[in-house]
Amino acid sequence: MEGKIAIVGGGDSITVFKAAGVAAFAAENAETARELIRRIAKDYKIIFVTEEIYAPLAAFLKRFDEQPYPVILSVPVNEGSDYGKQLLKSAMERALGVDILFNT
Amino acid sequence: MARLNVNPTRMELKKLKGRLDTAVRGHKLLKDKSDEMIRRFSVMIKRNKALRDEVEKELALTLKDFSVARSVTSPYSAEAAFAMPSVQVKADCAVQSVMGVAVPKISVSTDRRSEELPYAYPEITSEADYSVERAAALIPKLLQLAEVEKSVRMLADEIERNKRRVNALEYVMIPQLRETIKYIKSKLDENERSAVIRLMKVKSKA
Repeated sequence: MEGKIAIVGGGDSITVFKAAGVAAFAAENAETARELIRRIAKDYKIIFVTEEIYAPLAAFLKRFDEQPYPVILSVPVNEGSDYGKQLLKSAMERALGVDILFNT
Repeated sequence: MARLNVNPTRMELKKLKGRLDTAVRGHKLLKDKSDEMIRRFSVMIKRNKALRDEVEKELALTLKDFSVARSVTSPYSAEAAFAMPSVQVKADCAVQSVMGVAVPKISVSTDRRSEELPYAYPEITSEADYSVERAAALIPKLLQLAEVEKSVRMLADEIERNKRRVNALEYVMIPQLRETIKYIKSKLDENERSAVIRLMKVKSKA
């Protein structure tokens, strides 16, 4: 089964992925992104969402975890924040109850 | 622990014993499942972290290149150059099962990636070439990360759910059943004793 790939984000940084063959959708803020993701979730199997959009929508995007597809991944675009690590950490703490990666 | 509201009869006792048996077996199975899921999870989350670190580093480099490219061309021509992508990446999306959880399995069909850039060379600087090339090279890794991270999240949910089930069996179901069985047994014994006593009394009077 072939799936298309999309990226949703604000700003210019998503353009480079457009050139690389990923469908790029611009969204200025979380609200428009929410509508956008809802609309494209059926067509695109893999959706990259930039972190500043992902963070406020985390509760909404959580519901996509019930099924294998679409896969929604947060990607950092600006100077590396540790939001991705936080997501990992919360998943780990929920599942294991302890932190086995970032023992700091 | 509250006992179940059932009649203290032999029928019920037999039924409850059956249920207790099933519950104990189910509890053992679920506990084993939980252990194995946690083992797999810890392997997966380590991979996830390594991948994420790698991807974040490369992505930062790519975007840096790209912002250089943008800064040396006018916004308008940059927009025009990138507007029409020459390639479209597609991913093979399958589903695999990890401990009974359906997780995505993504593989890229890299052979379809053409080497051509979506614009003519005079349009834009060479930094753009590099950044686009880098971004294209990064996509397989991003997809891999997407797969692993989604799997980790789904597995985490499943582990949590499984833990609830194990705990419900261990701390509610099984004690309840044990208690009720004990209660029925004592009731039945009591009845038997009283019957014996009654017989003895009747006999002694005769």
